[in-house]
Amino acid sequence: MYSRPSRIGLIVRHALIWIGVIYALFPVLWILSASFNPTNNLLEQKLIPANPTLEHYRRLFTDPTIPFPKWVLNTVIVSGTTAVITVFLCALGAYAFSRFRFRGRRAGLLALLLVQMFPQMLAMVAIYLLLIKIKEFIPWLGYNTHPGLIMVYLGGAMGFNTWFMKGYFDTIPRSVEESALVDGATPFQAFLRIVLPLARPILAVVLIIQFITTYSEYVLASILLKGTEMYTLAVGLRFFIQQAYDRRWGVFSAAAILGALLILAIFLPLQKLIISGLTGGAVKE
Amino acid sequence: MNGRSLLTQGLKYGFVALLDAAVLWAVIALLFRGDYILLAVLGIGTLLLNFVILSRRAYPLRFLLPGLVFLFAMVVYPIGYTVNVSLTNLQTGNLLTKAQVIAQLEGRYYLPPQPETFTFWAFRNAQGKLALILTASDGRTFLSQENELVPVDLSDPRFVRGEDGTVTSFDGYTRLTLPEVYQSLGALEALDLRLGEEHVRLTSVREFGTFLRKYQYLPDQDAVLDLETNVTYYAKEGYFTSPDGVRIEPGFQIYVGFRNYLDVLTNPGIRADFTRVFGWTLAWSFLSVFFSFAVGLGFAYLLNDPYVRGRFVYRSLLIIPYAMPAFISALVWAGMFNTDLGVINRILGDLFGVKVRWLQDPMWARTALIFINVWLTYPYMMIVSLGALQSISQELFEAARVDGATSWQRFWRITMPLLWVSVAPLLIGSFAFTFNNFTIIWLVTAGRPAVLGAATPAGATDILISWTYRLAFEGERGNQLGLASAVSIIIFIIIAVISAVNFRFTRALEDVSRSV
Repeated sequence: MYSRPSRIGLIVRHALIWIGVIYALFPVLWILSASFNPTNNLLEQKLIPANPTLEHYRRLFTDPTIPFPKWVLNTVIVSGTTAVITVFLCALGAYAFSRFRFRGRRAGLLALLLVQMFPQMLAMVAIYLLLIKIKEFIPWLGYNTHPGLIMVYLGGAMGFNTWFMKGYFDTIPRSVEESALVDGATPFQAFLRIVLPLARPILAVVLIIQFITTYSEYVLASILLKGTEMYTLAVGLRFFIQQAYDRRWGVFSAAAILGALLILAIFLPLQKLIISGLTGGAVKE
Repeated sequence: MNGRSLLTQGLKYGFVALLDAAVLWAVIALLFRGDYILLAVLGIGTLLLNFVILSRRAYPLRFLLPGLVFLFAMVVYPIGYTVNVSLTNLQTGNLLTKAQVIAQLEGRYYLPPQPETFTFWAFRNAQGKLALILTASDGRTFLSQENELVPVDLSDPRFVRGEDGTVTSFDGYTRLTLPEVYQSLGALEALDLRLGEEHVRLTSVREFGTFLRKYQYLPDQDAVLDLETNVTYYAKEGYFTSPDGVRIEPGFQIYVGFRNYLDVLTNPGIRADFTRVFGWTLAWSFLSVFFSFAVGLGFAYLLNDPYVRGRFVYRSLLIIPYAMPAFISALVWAGMFNTDLGVINRILGDLFGVKVRWLQDPMWARTALIFINVWLTYPYMMIVSLGALQSISQELFEAARVDGATSWQRFWRITMPLLWVSVAPLLIGSFAFTFNNFTIIWLVTAGRPAVLGAATPAGATDILISWTYRLAFEGERGNQLGLASAVSIIIFIIIAVISAVNFRFTRALEDVSRSV
């Protein structure tokens, strides 16, 4: 596909890539600088701060008017719980679709495929009204609760992930469980002891992608949570910086860096795994 | 059957029995409360659960049910509910059910032609029951008995009088001091005492007054009669409306059929907003995907070149925008594009001496949004293209080179067509995702700048989904939940069409039929 480039051609290529790298990294470097810059005002910021300080980071954890640690904790709890339960429930469903032959299986698969096309947030009005209704009967599961939000996320995660895992289970040969079934294990035991351990890569992919997706979710969290103590990081940060770019830029930058670092720390080492999941195997030939 | 499975069997039946007992108890409780919908849901759910646990034939369902419960409750049911709401007039002013509105109207009163006022003494007995002695302006006195006012002669010896000659206690009731009266205002306000035709209610801290009931519901005519003016208001289009068109607020929910959909398509104001928002949504999705694919493919092409060194490091750096949580990137970019304070305008100001009104001018706001979205998504396109490029066989290029094709020809005649096959479904998927990418729009511009004279709260950078959000939740012009739901369903239809096109590429449907 490529022929050996001339010296100039090679320099041009590197130059183009470097323009790209600057484009990619400029915003990141800019807020990194802002987070160490003593001023809180966007306008007075320079790329290399004159007197770097950790003051903004300190404030994030000590200033009681900025519930940043609480937001991170809320987000991690909501995303973590959602991801773990998603993996388990979707693996169960995917196993049934992959291994059992039952009436309605085909229709079920088709329905799953159609339902996962529907972006859940399109039903935000209905979900909002539903959770308000649930609150009347089960207060801890309704509007403005984390279990309620997790429940909504779980519903949204089922379609695609079940479908996705089923594809992987199909590639695990049946013969691996058959001896166990012959020895008298129930299908559930075979699933738990034999298939799940073999499916670890896909479980990890779904776990990580679901965690990252939920971590970044904004719309539903903003509709279903009320009050700064309940916010997730996405809702909290937006609430924090809105209309306050001249007053809170430094503290916001520190929060943005820490919030992104958590995801970067998961994403970069595992990028191959995650990317294989996100592109859904469509590019492999 | 060995001992262990006997134990599990025992546990299973024990669990089912306990569950059924609990549900039975809840069913009886709900029956008394008259909550039939919840009762039906609970009853059907429990029957299904019994079937799944006890029947052999339902064995696969034991695996499927846990996930299905969430899928049904939080996706399928909300879809159905959205369709339902889209057929109603649910909005600020029509949020209550008809029964609630009737109850509210029947609790309204008006002042009679000759209103009477009463001073009052409030009393309470040991059980906490309130009683009142009212004195009319002409000196007649009344005692409250339950909800009736009866004339009473205060010279009766059972009324004990204090030093100033006023009644301080009777029949076990003692008079409330003024502070106690203040504490009991809520209870006093709730009192509705009957004096013949008239209702006597609290009008101020010191006085009760006479009122007449304002409205009466006439079930046979499905109308509300105004007892003061004798005008009948008939239920019409979600309001009780008089023959000459006067409406009583608040209105109530009714089914309006496809009116919300027709409004979107035919109401001049709403249609203008819809057309503008839809046009921008298409442009936003198309341009975002186009430019991010162009940029991503460009980098992929450079990074795939075996003669370029340091490709792994470059790749890791170029991928960073994709690894950042999108909401953080969006908020950071919003700050950088800030017209007065942002770094972009400072650089442009230093270089060219211009100040671009990024988030105030519609065209610049749209440009900024697409620029930001390209930054966010080109790494995805780069990864996808890189994978596709690597899977193209080198032999084709050798053959082309032997035949004397230039590198430009090789790219357009060989690389692109082969790349296209594997990348097209992902581009369509990306288009559908961008179409509904609420987060970026909302966190960068929130749909602003506003459009003057728009019939609905639709800003210049609102896409369909953010318009829906504003219709439903933004307070300024009320919450138009019915219209918002109709727009949701329209978006869904558009997405379904896009996905249907995509299925032709991915052949996912064939997967369904093949694996059966």
